[in-house]
Amino acid sequence: MNEAIVDVNVYLSRWPFRRVSADEPTAIADKLRSQGVVQAWAGSLDSLLHRDLGSVNERLAAECRAAGEGFLLPFGAVNLRLPDWEEDLRRCHEEFGMPGIRLHPNYHGYKLDDPLAAKLLSQAAEHGLIVQLAVTMEDERTQHPLVQVPHVDAAPLVELVKRTPKLRLVLLNAFRALRPELRGQLVAAGQVYFEIASLEGVGGVEKLFGQIPGERILFGSYAPLFYFESALLKLQESQLGQVQLEAIRKGNAKWLLAAI
Amino acid sequence: MKLKIWDLHCHLSGVTGRTPDERMAQLMAYVDRMGIDRICLYMGWPFSYNPSPERLREENDQVLAALTHWHDRAFGFCYVSAEHVEASLREMDRCIANGPMVGVKLWVAKRASAAELDPIIHRAAELKAVIFQHTWFKTDGGNYPGESTPFDLVELARRHPKTPMICGHTGGTWELGVRAVRSVPTISIDLAGSDPTSGLTEMAVRELGPERVIYGSDAGGRSFASQLGKVFGANIPDEAKRLILSENLHRLMRPILDAKGIRA
Repeated sequence: MNEAIVDVNVYLSRWPFRRVSADEPTAIADKLRSQGVVQAWAGSLDSLLHRDLGSVNERLAAECRAAGEGFLLPFGAVNLRLPDWEEDLRRCHEEFGMPGIRLHPNYHGYKLDDPLAAKLLSQAAEHGLIVQLAVTMEDERTQHPLVQVPHVDAAPLVELVKRTPKLRLVLLNAFRALRPELRGQLVAAGQVYFEIASLEGVGGVEKLFGQIPGERILFGSYAPLFYFESALLKLQESQLGQVQLEAIRKGNAKWLLAAI
Repeated sequence: MKLKIWDLHCHLSGVTGRTPDERMAQLMAYVDRMGIDRICLYMGWPFSYNPSPERLREENDQVLAALTHWHDRAFGFCYVSAEHVEASLREMDRCIANGPMVGVKLWVAKRASAAELDPIIHRAAELKAVIFQHTWFKTDGGNYPGESTPFDLVELARRHPKTPMICGHTGGTWELGVRAVRSVPTISIDLAGSDPTSGLTEMAVRELGPERVIYGSDAGGRSFASQLGKVFGANIPDEAKRLILSENLHRLMRPILDAKGIRA
């Protein structure tokens, strides 16, 4: 199974509630390489609760560089609830040369029907940035009682995506919260992609290929918060052809990245 | 060398099919793809949270039908409920004493701490049946009225100190679940049915010892892959993985398998 993989859902730094194996940049890079990953798209867990996102994004960019050219790709954070968020977006794009940004609307306290969300998505699209949006970070049933964060309501994205045709949107950890019919609406609305870290049910990947176009499905592990092997074994569990496997392992992600 | 894998926790959900046979055939295709040797199967479909005696019988009939062609690959557990003790005891006689099943499944109809469970546990112990109790600690307050936490199971286990029991899902919120059952050595934990969150298996092995940790998936609602990832991805010795993936469950089942003359 150690064939080349692009993992679009990786985090650096530390989960506030638990230390996990490989939550140091070198350790996660080593782990991913050992499993056949040739590139990983990384956000920072610091971005969930830290307010100094300039520092978070700078650190993320530096840690990704240190992992070796092009192995970890930094996806910086922008928080619409912070003053002058536009400057964070500019720095991600111009100073750090990031290929995209990663949003956490639930941890940052805004809804996607907020007019500023439309403005952010539009600006990111104009800059040619891929936008990753984490729908869920943790099962709502297991969260810390003092930090209960609801899933992102993704329904407003259907209209936002339609109004922003240049937007390339990757939904992370989407399957626990997103109704199946909404997946189809989002895919029909524009360039919306899904990754498999939170996909559950037997044969989940093969069933997903029957629900949305195969070119919209990406490999994501949510490592190191999830065991990387969970996502990898999903490719074994599902009956997939070589073309489908190649697309999900890396072809779709490479195509998405090349379109910048 | 391939590790032997026994899956403690499977259902007939998550696959399509009009009959138990059709569903079982689909489920076993995935079992084979994942290299799983044997599965434990319980409850029928659709799930019933507080089943009537008739519904308990129907669901057990579905599982019995599913086992028909798979006795060499699947074990059945009898779905029982402390809301209907006499009916449950009859089902245990029908499905375990006089049938092929080897365990009991207690779900969310009544909390495990309730005294009504005692006759069921006594009878299960007489039959040497494996006892599986679903448990969850839900931060969001979403527990069903009759849904147990691991604390409920601890109460039950302390009333039956010689009877092994399994804590389903490790209480979901596993950092609490592991601690809750830690002091009761007759309780093993089931890794199934929660997100494949890093650290679960390592903590369980560290706090309980590898002999009290059992792999299960909760397929078909969960994927075999995500749950096997909890074991294959864990930073624990290979010997612990071997115990978790099959040997601990085999050890718990050995008395009833021997009694029934089942070689596995």
